[in-house]
Amino acid sequence: MYLYDDFDRTLVAERVAEFRDQVRRRLSGELSEDEFKLLRLMNGVYLQLHAYMLRIAIPYGTLSSQQLRTLGHVARRYDRNYGHFTTRQNIQFNWIKLEELPDAMADLARAGLHGMQTSGNCVRNITTDQWAAVAPDEIEDPRIWAEILRQHLTLHPEFSFLPRKFKIAVTAAAHDRAAVRVHDIGLRLHSNGSGEVGFEVVVGGGLGRTPFVGKTIKPFLPKRDLLSYVEAILRVYNQFGRRDNIYKARIKILVHDLGAEAFAKEVDAEWQPIRDGALALDPALIAEVTARFRYPDYAELDDNPSEVAQARASDRRFANWLGNSVANHKVSGHAIVTLSLKPEGGPPGDATAEQMDAIADLADRYSFGEIRVGHEQNLVLPHVEQRELPALWRALDKVGVATPNIGLVSDIISCPGLDYCSLANTRSIPVAQELTRRFRDLDLARDLGRLHINISGCINACGHHHVGHIGLLGVEKNGEEYFQVTIGGRADENAELGALVGPAVPYAEVADVVEDIVAAYLELRERPNEIFLDTVKRVGVEPFKERVYAAR
Amino acid sequence: MTSPLEQKTRITGPVVVTANRLGDGAVVYRTLDGHWTTHLAQAAVVTTAPAASELLAGAVADDLGAVGAYVAPVRLNKDGGVQPGNLRESIRHSGPTIDLPGILGF
Repeated sequence: MYLYDDFDRTLVAERVAEFRDQVRRRLSGELSEDEFKLLRLMNGVYLQLHAYMLRIAIPYGTLSSQQLRTLGHVARRYDRNYGHFTTRQNIQFNWIKLEELPDAMADLARAGLHGMQTSGNCVRNITTDQWAAVAPDEIEDPRIWAEILRQHLTLHPEFSFLPRKFKIAVTAAAHDRAAVRVHDIGLRLHSNGSGEVGFEVVVGGGLGRTPFVGKTIKPFLPKRDLLSYVEAILRVYNQFGRRDNIYKARIKILVHDLGAEAFAKEVDAEWQPIRDGALALDPALIAEVTARFRYPDYAELDDNPSEVAQARASDRRFANWLGNSVANHKVSGHAIVTLSLKPEGGPPGDATAEQMDAIADLADRYSFGEIRVGHEQNLVLPHVEQRELPALWRALDKVGVATPNIGLVSDIISCPGLDYCSLANTRSIPVAQELTRRFRDLDLARDLGRLHINISGCINACGHHHVGHIGLLGVEKNGEEYFQVTIGGRADENAELGALVGPAVPYAEVADVVEDIVAAYLELRERPNEIFLDTVKRVGVEPFKERVYAAR
Repeated sequence: MTSPLEQKTRITGPVVVTANRLGDGAVVYRTLDGHWTTHLAQAAVVTTAPAASELLAGAVADDLGAVGAYVAPVRLNKDGGVQPGNLRESIRHSGPTIDLPGILGF
């Protein structure tokens, strides 16, 4: 966990007081909606189809049990008893009243939670690997760098009115779980030839209307230069980014139009004069931030304790969960446990207040009071002793978050879609729900292996459909809901955009189409462990297209 | 951004003016007597562009009652009842098409 200092606590508390006054002035008519809208958006408050929506940042996806309980409290007291975890390590409450928002924000602030940097044309919540500090393949804790960036960029006056929103993600593992190559800036910590750890800097990735995989403009950036280099990128973007056309305003368009090499030269010209100035990171500051992260005092334990072996042998459901939802930890005798928020028939990423409370209690008991939120819209208990896994599984099963479908076909990433969102063209959640029913057979899901379905209800791509192994994009045609289908996308270290399978299909047929694609994969794969992506890579889109459209 | 009043009102059938109530964001409809109602059946239904523009102008001027006013299509039943004119408006009127979490169990 990161421990907030007095500066952070004061900042958040003052922000609540300011917002309370802004709401009072709006409700009394002193502020018009045009004046107020910008202020509410700077606190993560949107107006959606049915109500106001409050988006709360979960910096680098790390939550304390107390914070999760507070989210449960807000869901219960101010909303309709649930919250929605998003694809960017945020949580959204969909039914909140403007009149009650200041009180809700005050309750959140007491737990160090807020909606700053979750909306508007600023640097949004900085995301990272939900397995940070526990993944065996990690070089170091990436959250320290996300935190340094958070401190520097929160309410940064120069970057509060960028041409468009700006998203940064950091990873420090060989396997990229943070999708850094489809962010405005992606940072990958790695070691250079001489053993020094620094950043590969990737710029101009993004999804939405014009998707791009980011380009590496700096293969190795020393740690001391992180702030100055990011600042240089933001300055170039602030100066040259398109403000005349919202659809061309993201940095990816600038990088594409200039070319990565020319863009890098602009950044370098901006960077050289400032790199040795006030933004050069002082080792003492890095040490100070690092010291504010508290790490568990792990017990010395061996891997594979007898309790787990016995439970695995005697209970097939436990064995399936263990094989699917439990990952290796960097400390022996411990495990990383992913909690599925994708039950059969459930809206992806939603959790009730009761589930939040129960998970917070389980985190206290089994995971040093810590929970993580992943961009796949699941939760993680990052510090579980392996010998406790059988007891934890029984408890999670009761809470409804032990569906062993992590990374499988029913672990669907989805935006809220037209059921909530004022931007959406089509619904997304009912499609996800129907697919979880079609693929309820977990034996089949395991046989299919790793297969990610991503659904977006409009071109803004909050469901990251371009990088779904199977991507579904909702489009409207003559007032009817249709879906474009792509295959072969991926968001990891080998990020690629999916390829269109063919013409859009009607809403009523989209689940059938996904079943057809999956059936085609089963016929086309060369061996049982050739995953869907590899089959698509090997045979291309055409065989899938033939299968989908032959009967239509 | 173009003000709703500056947008050309194109009407091909009956319409209402709808918005979200300021205090809680609830979906509301403009009435003939210049108020807001949460009941579509009580909304003013107009069928011409000038009438829609006039209704919208009154709605936009009431910045304290509701926000984001716009013209939305409706369908009229044979018995005179009013129904939302498209899926988006149906969802705004009746709520999400899914069961909200909490109904599934836990």
